[in-house]
Amino acid sequence: MRLLADLFLLIGAIFCLLGALGLVRMPDVYNRIQAGTKAVTLGALAFLIGAALLYPQWWAKLLCILGFVLFTSPVSSSTIARAVHLAGVKPWRARAPEGRS
Amino acid sequence: MTLNLIELSAAILMGAAVILALLRLVLGPTAPDRVVAADTLTIIMTLVIVGLALLFVNPVYLDIALVFGVLAFVGVVAIARAIEGGRS
Amino acid sequence: MDQTSRDPRPSFGHFLFSILVLALLWLLLVGNLALSEVIAAFAVGLLVTLIAGPRLAVLSGVRLSPAAPYYLVRYLAVFLTALVRANLDMARRVLSPGLPLRPAVVEVETGLQSSLGRMLLANSITLTPGTLTIDILEDRLLVHWIDCPPGSDLTESTRAISETFERQIRGFLK
Repeated sequence: MRLLADLFLLIGAIFCLLGALGLVRMPDVYNRIQAGTKAVTLGALAFLIGAALLYPQWWAKLLCILGFVLFTSPVSSSTIARAVHLAGVKPWRARAPEGRS
Repeated sequence: MTLNLIELSAAILMGAAVILALLRLVLGPTAPDRVVAADTLTIIMTLVIVGLALLFVNPVYLDIALVFGVLAFVGVVAIARAIEGGRS
Repeated sequence: MDQTSRDPRPSFGHFLFSILVLALLWLLLVGNLALSEVIAAFAVGLLVTLIAGPRLAVLSGVRLSPAAPYYLVRYLAVFLTALVRANLDMARRVLSPGLPLRPAVVEVETGLQSSLGRMLLANSITLTPGTLTIDILEDRLLVHWIDCPPGSDLTESTRAISETFERQIRGFLK
């Protein structure tokens, strides 16, 4: 049981790392939002499942945190994307002559 | 609880994730880049606080994680609206 | 946020629904089922619903039918598989040295009427493979697509991005 929980915790941590790595590697704001939000959300899912397997008596509060993260992280990333869009930032294009990096 | 090898590596990976997100927060060429980094960082920090709850076997940290998540969400949305420039 | 005013007024059933959801949330946070806690949960749910009152128009998008929970569970299953697929895809992109990206902004059409339904659809799109909702304009969603096939138009992108979710969401939201 503990091994399974640990594996979930590890998967969660790996996806968080991937999300942060994507945040650093991606070329423009929109792609950074994509990498950051998605990977970290799945990371949160896996990590919280791992926590719930480790201490089953905490499931209710972990479920609250999970529901909250799943609900708000797309909202906040969409809000940022909309702000960036309204501020007039154009999406980055591959092989553009003046591609920002 | 005492950490075994898997949990220790998970903790180290989380630390690396925090450092990478902080790197983008510091480097970020424009304000939206920093906001995105801060948004990602808040979710990662929520998970780190849950990790603290596991480490110290103390469910109080779960409440802290929840409140931190709520406040961070409100903050990020507020900053995003500010970048937008007052238009609705 | 001002778009909620276009929703119709919520019915009595929606108020009951709101009380129930709030009470459930309270019980989850408290974490035990003692009688006093259950009473407190429903009291708080009732109080919050009364204070929120007319602003609950958002909830009028919820379909109150016996089949709704079934669709909700099916939607969650579809959503979770899409989430996992999205992340494996994103992990592949982040880790490959050449960063295979073909980003573009496309429009997607939706038939959902209520603001709650549109919001859920936008959230689902944001969390699925390579797409990010930027803005909602009437019945169009502005979507940033990380890997856009060249020359795709409105109907094509609608089919590729939102159709599956919309079919699921339609079961429990208007």
